[in-house]
Parts: sequence; structure tokens; C-alpha cells
Amino acid sequence: MMNNKGFLYKVNKNKTLLLMLLPAVIFFFVFNYLPIVGIIVAFKSYNFSQGIFGSPWIGFDNFKFFFISGQAFIVTRNTVLYNLAFIFVNTVIQITMAILLSEIKNKYFKKLTQSLMFLPYFISWVIVGVITYNIFNFEHGTFNSLLKMFNMQAIDVYSKPIAWIFILILFCAWQGLGYGTVLYLAAIMGIDTEIYEAAEIDGANIFKRIKFITIPSLVPTITILTLLAVGNIFRGNFDMFYNIIGNNGTLFKATDVIDTFTVRALLQSNNVGMAAAAGFYQSVFCFVTIMIVNTLVKKHDEDNALF
Amino acid sequence: MKKIPKDRKIFNAVAYVVIIIMTLLCIIPIIIVVSGSFTSETSILTDGFNLIPKEFSTSAYSLAFKDPMIILRSYGVTLFVTFSGTIVGLFVTAMTSYVLTRKDFEWRNKFSFYFYFTTLFTGGLVPWYILMIRYLHLKDNYLALILPLLLSVFNILIMKSYMSSIPDAISESAKIDGAGDFTIFIKLILPLSKPALATVGLFIALRYWNDWYNAMLFIDNDKMYSLQYFLYKIVNNIDAYKNIIANSGGSANIKMNLPGESLKMALTVIVTGPIILLYPFVQKYFVQGLTIGAVKG
Repeated sequence: MMNNKGFLYKVNKNKTLLLMLLPAVIFFFVFNYLPIVGIIVAFKSYNFSQGIFGSPWIGFDNFKFFFISGQAFIVTRNTVLYNLAFIFVNTVIQITMAILLSEIKNKYFKKLTQSLMFLPYFISWVIVGVITYNIFNFEHGTFNSLLKMFNMQAIDVYSKPIAWIFILILFCAWQGLGYGTVLYLAAIMGIDTEIYEAAEIDGANIFKRIKFITIPSLVPTITILTLLAVGNIFRGNFDMFYNIIGNNGTLFKATDVIDTFTVRALLQSNNVGMAAAAGFYQSVFCFVTIMIVNTLVKKHDEDNALF
Repeated sequence: MKKIPKDRKIFNAVAYVVIIIMTLLCIIPIIIVVSGSFTSETSILTDGFNLIPKEFSTSAYSLAFKDPMIILRSYGVTLFVTFSGTIVGLFVTAMTSYVLTRKDFEWRNKFSFYFYFTTLFTGGLVPWYILMIRYLHLKDNYLALILPLLLSVFNILIMKSYMSSIPDAISESAKIDGAGDFTIFIKLILPLSKPALATVGLFIALRYWNDWYNAMLFIDNDKMYSLQYFLYKIVNNIDAYKNIIANSGGSANIKMNLPGESLKMALTVIVTGPIILLYPFVQKYFVQGLTIGAVKG
């Protein structure tokens, strides 16, 4: 009783703050927590008229189909491998560019190039889809124009799945370069300049300074950004894959990820059950990965843990 | 003058070359699109896409604006969605973040976790899609374009880390003077948070401007297409668009000669235009904001 009264008193005392939180609380309740309840649709034979709760239970049938078709393995493998490649390539390129830019003394050059490198971040994936088509389409793509210029045979890139692995990695790096570089550059700017001066006096050349001061100082930032990315290793960038690859079935074996698979199952084959099963599978794997990653970090370094 | 040491010389040479190459790689794809939009169709079909138009032509643009209503309508949709979504989203993000930084608010950690949890576990696409369509009835509704991008935990975190750098004493002394929490937020905190507001506002606006996904999921009525989805539809089905234009022109044989490839490029430029024009002004804030986020660590 006492406790209850205390609670109401506290609510009353904080009522303005609580009211200020209310819109966001309702928003996340409706658009994030309600769908979590709705996840049971993965175990149902969904039909529109009966809704999520009225539709009959069917146990694991939706999952059976997803796994037996062999799709589960392919899309999971692709999602994880692409993400690993993205993490590795992007981190290396972004750190390299950040280090190079940090040592450039010419302010205007630095500003101009940094601005231009950030530009792709503003380009939508729909437009990146147009750009890849411009470059790689068989009849009049830039790539084939170049090949012809050197008297080489034109290549139909759109029928070669392997090529798209590199194209996707390339455009992912292209889009994220400016953004990531800024993050690492900010970390480099935070390093105490006296350390560099002392090293210089001690005779360390610029390459040694980068190797022994800059890179070690970046380790915490690298760790955090990599961990955040690893936590999402089961999530594919739908926008990117769908706009660059589209519905080109010949490429799916090498390019289909869980997210594109789910959307196609839902919208094109109208297989709500299988789409829900794939989504459920993905959510659970994501959650488990994040938990494992976070526990490992916590053990290693409490400050760098995500929560 | 001080002599530049040898290691510095080598490093600079490498650095300038690498940076210039990377910069070119970043902008060349964009230049190809712009150049393609100013190239005559016959030149594209025979010579392919190039960095500089071989045969200069603006016919793709005059064609794109032949029936300007088609594009302007989508422009209207995107402008409306971007403006309303950014204003509401930014305000709620700031308000939420402020409460979460108030150290005297004893449930702030509980609420923080309530928000943060949504990034750890999600219901996935299907339950969310069913919720939007069957329970909230948002098919062919502008709210379906606005609501999904309104708030994000990431934005709340950026805003929160900036606001926690504002001294608590400001809120405390205003409280002693008898100001209410909401008044403190509006009159004191918002004006002090301008850099964070600019950054987060840009993040939100950029996501609205580039959004095609929600239009694909929820919009069937082609009069309600957002700009990016309109472009998506056209590049994947240029013939359908040619039909619309040919019909509005009246003559059927125009259709055969319509420049499909350069038209796609012109539309791409028209769709991206405003973002690129704004870019020099907003880029500064982006860098600033990302740095704010990074400092938080």
C-alpha cells in the first residue's frame, strides 16, 4: 500500500517529464513491441481475413519449407560472408583514408577531397542501381565501352554471378567511405599531439609514428565499430542488394541475402508464412549474436560494452 | 625555410596520389550519370556512356518536363513527407533525449533500456507489415511514408550524447526559478542544442528524401509515389513511362524515338538535384554531428 502510494506520488512529481516521453514510448510500443508479439505469425498459416491471432497454428511447417528448399543455407551464408567482407574492406579503406587525410597539411585540398568522398553517402540506392546499370550493362555500359576501346571482347556482366560479389563490395565501400573516414578522422584528431612531437624529436619517422602511435590509438574505435557491425552480421542491407541486383534470378545464388529473400517471399510469391519464418530465424540469430558479442566485450573491457 | 624531411616527402607523394584517386573513384560514377543525361540517345546507343557527352543534347530534360505534372507530383509527395516527418521527428527526438539526460529523473535508465531493446530484438518484416496494413490500415496513406522513419534509437543516442554535455546547472537553476520542465526544454535546451538538431535533422531528412522502400511496401496508387520510388519504377520500366508521355503528346510514333537511356539519366539528376545543391551547406553539420556521436564512444 505504502509502495503504491509512493509510486503514484512519483508519477505525479514527474508528470511533465513522463508526458514528454509519451509520444516516443507509444511510437516504439506500436511499431517495435507490437510486431514482436506478432512474431508468432511464423508458426501460423496466415490469412488476411483472420489476422495474426485468428489464423490457425501450424507448428514448424513454415520453417520446414524454408530449410528444406535449401534457401535458408544459401541466404544465410551469403548474408554472413558479404557482411564479413564489407566489414573488412570498409574498415581497411576508411582507416587508410583517415590516416592519409589526417597528415595532409593543405587545408583546402583536405576539405575538398573529404567533401567529394562524402558525396556518395547522399546518393540513394535506387540511383546506385542506375549507376551500376550504366557501368555494367552489355550494350552501352561504360565498362564494355572501355573493353572495346582496348579491342577486347565485351562481357555480359549481368549473367556472371561471381562478378557481382566484387561489384557489391565495391559499391558498399563507395557509399560508406566518407562516413567511415570521418569517424576515424575524429578519433585521430583526439590523439594528443604532444605524443607525435615527442616521437619526432626521438627520431621516429612518419611511417613509424603512424604504426606506433596512430594505429594503436585507433584500436578502441575500430573495436566498437566492428562490434556494432558484427552484431548485425545476420542483417543484409536490403536497399543495396535489391537495387543493384533487383529480380535478376540468375545472380541469386551469389547475391541473395536473408532480407531480399524475405521481401520477395512476402511481396512476390505471397508466401507470408515462409517470409515470417525467415524473419523469425533472422531476429533470433541477430539477438544471440549481439548477446555473445556484448558478453565477450564486457569480459575484455567493460567500457567498450554496448550495454 | 625548414627543409622538408625525406620521409615526409615520400609520404606526401603517396598520400596525395591515393587521395586523388579515391576522390575520383567517388565522383566518376556520378559524373557518368550527369554526362549521360546531356548526351543524345543515338550517341549513347552507339558509343555508350562516357565521362563527357560526345553529342551534347538537352532533349532528355525537355522530354522529362514535357508533362511536368508527372514529376512535380512526386516532388510534392517527397517534399511534404520530408518536411512534416523531419519537423515532427526532430522535435520528438529532442524531447525524448532531453528527458533521458535529466539525472533527477529516476526512471531514465529504465526508459533508455525500453528504447534500446528495440535495436536488439525485432519482430522482423512480416509482423510489422501486417500491422501497418491490416491493423493500422495504412495502405495508400501518406502516414505509411512518414511513420516508419519518424524516430530512431540511433538519432536519440546522438542527441542524448550531445545534450548531456549541457551543464545540469542550467536545468536546475531554471527549476528553482519556477520554470516547468517543458518550458526549460523549449526555451533553454533547444537553443543550446543547435548543432545536434542540425545533424539529426539532416539524418532524418536524408532518410526521408532517399526513401523508396516504404513506398514500395505500402503505396499502390501511382499518384502518391515518392520521388525515389517514382524513379525506381521508371528505370525498371522505361517503356511504361514512354507510353505515358507519348499518350499525353497524342502521337503514337513519337514513342519509338523517345530517348529511353538519356531520359533515365535526366530523371536521376532531377531526383538527386536538391540534395546535391544542399550538400555543400549540410556537409559541415554532418561531419560535426558524426564527431559528436564518435566522442560518445
